[in-house]
Amino acid sequence: MTSLPATTERRLGLVIDLDTCVGCHACAVNCKEWNSGAQDSPLSDVDAYGADPSGAWLNRIHTFEVTPEGAPAQIVHFPKSCLHCDDAPCVTVCPTGASHKRSEDGIVLVTEDMCIGCGLCAWACPYGAREMDPVENVMKKCTLCVDRIYSETLAEEDRIPACVRTCPSSARHFGDFNDPTSNVSVLVAARGGIDLMPEMGTKPVNKYLPPRPKTNAATRTDPARPAAACQPDTPRPEGFLGWLDAALDRLG
Amino acid sequence: MHPAISVIFFTVASGAGFGLIFLLGLGFPVGGGAGRAFAVSLAGGGLAVAGLIASTFHLGHPERAWRALSQWRSSWLSREGIAAIATLGLFGIYALVWMWSGSRLQILGLLVSLGAAATVFTTAMIYAQLRTVPQWKTRLTPAVYLSFALASGWLLASALGNHAAPGPWGIALVILAWAMKWAWWVRAGRTRLADSGSSPETATGLGFIGKVRLLERPHSGENYLTREMVHVIGRKHARKLRGLALALGAVLPVAILIITALTNAPAPVNLLAALSMLAGLLAERWLFFAEAEHAVSLYYGNR
Repeated sequence: MTSLPATTERRLGLVIDLDTCVGCHACAVNCKEWNSGAQDSPLSDVDAYGADPSGAWLNRIHTFEVTPEGAPAQIVHFPKSCLHCDDAPCVTVCPTGASHKRSEDGIVLVTEDMCIGCGLCAWACPYGAREMDPVENVMKKCTLCVDRIYSETLAEEDRIPACVRTCPSSARHFGDFNDPTSNVSVLVAARGGIDLMPEMGTKPVNKYLPPRPKTNAATRTDPARPAAACQPDTPRPEGFLGWLDAALDRLG
Repeated sequence: MHPAISVIFFTVASGAGFGLIFLLGLGFPVGGGAGRAFAVSLAGGGLAVAGLIASTFHLGHPERAWRALSQWRSSWLSREGIAAIATLGLFGIYALVWMWSGSRLQILGLLVSLGAAATVFTTAMIYAQLRTVPQWKTRLTPAVYLSFALASGWLLASALGNHAAPGPWGIALVILAWAMKWAWWVRAGRTRLADSGSSPETATGLGFIGKVRLLERPHSGENYLTREMVHVIGRKHARKLRGLALALGAVLPVAILIITALTNAPAPVNLLAALSMLAGLLAERWLFFAEAEHAVSLYYGNR
C-alpha cells in the first residue's frame, strides 16, 4: 500500500552529528558491504575496477565548505542516506505498492520483486536517497538495516544499522524518535537537531546535529606554538665546549 | 532532468492519440464508411497505444507493469495507467459499433472523451505533483499537456475527417496551446530552483553558519542521481530547440492550415500540419525535461 500511515508506533531513525563526523566514509563502506551480502539482491556496481566505475550506494558522504561572514571557511563532512520521512513523497508516487512505509516502526522500504523500476520515487525524493540498481534494475534504498536491528542471531551490540556500528567517531546514533527518553531524542533536544530542506514538507525522521560554534581564532592561544618568552634557556655546556661557548660569546 | 527518448515519445504520441480520441468521442464528423471509421480509429488508438508501449521501455522490469494498476489511491502514475486502459477499452467498443453499424453511440462517446481528457490530465500530474522540480509543480503543466493534446489531436482529426471549417478552429487551438506553453515558459523562467526557497544552505541545514558550497562529491564518478536528475548536457542547445519547437510546432502548422483553407486543398494535406506539430512537440518535450532543475542537484554542486 502506497498510502502513508497516519502515525507509526515507533519512529526509528538516525541522528547524524556533523560536529564529530570526520568524513572517513567508513559508514558508506560498511553499508555497501552489508547490503551487498545480506539483502534480496546485491547492491551492484558496474565497471567497478575500470575507467568509469559506477554503482548503487545507500549512503554517500558529501563534503561542504561553509564560509561565515568575516571568518575563515570551515569544512563539514555530510553523510546522507534515507531520512525515513513521515510524509515520504517517494511512497505515495509509487504505482505498484513496492514502496511502502511500515506502520510499526516507520521504516520506508522497497519490496524488490514488486518494483517495476520506473524511477518516479527517486524523482520525488529531494535528498537523493534512492538509487536504481544498475544490474537488478530495481530501486534500492536504506533499509535502516531492518535485517540487523531485529536479528535474533546477531550479538546484541550488532543489532543496530551497519553505518552506526562502524562509525569510528560516534557521529551516528540509532533509536526511536517517538520515545522522548531515547538516546536520539535526548541528543536532538540537547544539540538542536535539524531537518534537511524542511520547505519540502517531507517531515524527515532522521535529524542532523549542527557543528558546534568555532571559537574565535584571534583570541585563541595555540598550544602547539608557545610564546618565545616562555622558552627555557639553552643549558650551559661544560668543559671544553663550555670554554668554546664562552670564547665565541666574547667575540660578539 | 534526464530527457528519456521513450518518455518524450510517449507523452507526445499518447497526447495526440488521446486528443484525437477525445474529438471522435465528441462526434467529430468523419465521412465515408466502415473503412474510414477504421482508419481514423486506428490512428487515434494506435498513437495512444504506441506511446504507452514506448513508456514501458524505460522501465527496469516491464514484465511487472501490470502491478502499476494497483495504487490508484495515492499514485498519479497508477491512475494514468488505469485511465488509459479504461479509455482505450471503451474506445475499442465505440469504434467496433461504429464500423459494424455505422452509428456512433453518443453516451459511450462522451464517456470515451471524458476518459481521454482524464488520461492526459493524469499524465501531466505525474510531473506537476513533484515538489522536487519547482518548474513542473504548477497547474499550468496539466493545462499545457491538455491543450497540446487537443491541438495536435485536432490537426489529425481535420486531416482524416470531414469537418466543415477545420482551419480556423485548428489555428485557434494551436495558438491557444502555445499561449499556454508561453505562460508556462515565463513562469518556469521565474521558478528556477534558486527561486524556490531551496538552496545548498537549506539542503544541508548549515545556512546559519554561512554560505555553503560543495567541496567534494561523494565519489569521483557519476552516479544514478547525477545522470538522472543533475542532467545538464541537454540544456546546451536550449535556445535553438525552443526556436525549433515554435517553428515546427506553431508557425508551420498554422501556415499549412491557412494555405489549405485558402486554396481549398484536400483535407489530408492537414496531415502535414499534424506531423509538423508533433515534431515541434518532441523538441518542446525534450526541453520540458532537460531544462528542469531537481532539488537533489543542491547536493551535487550544479543544477
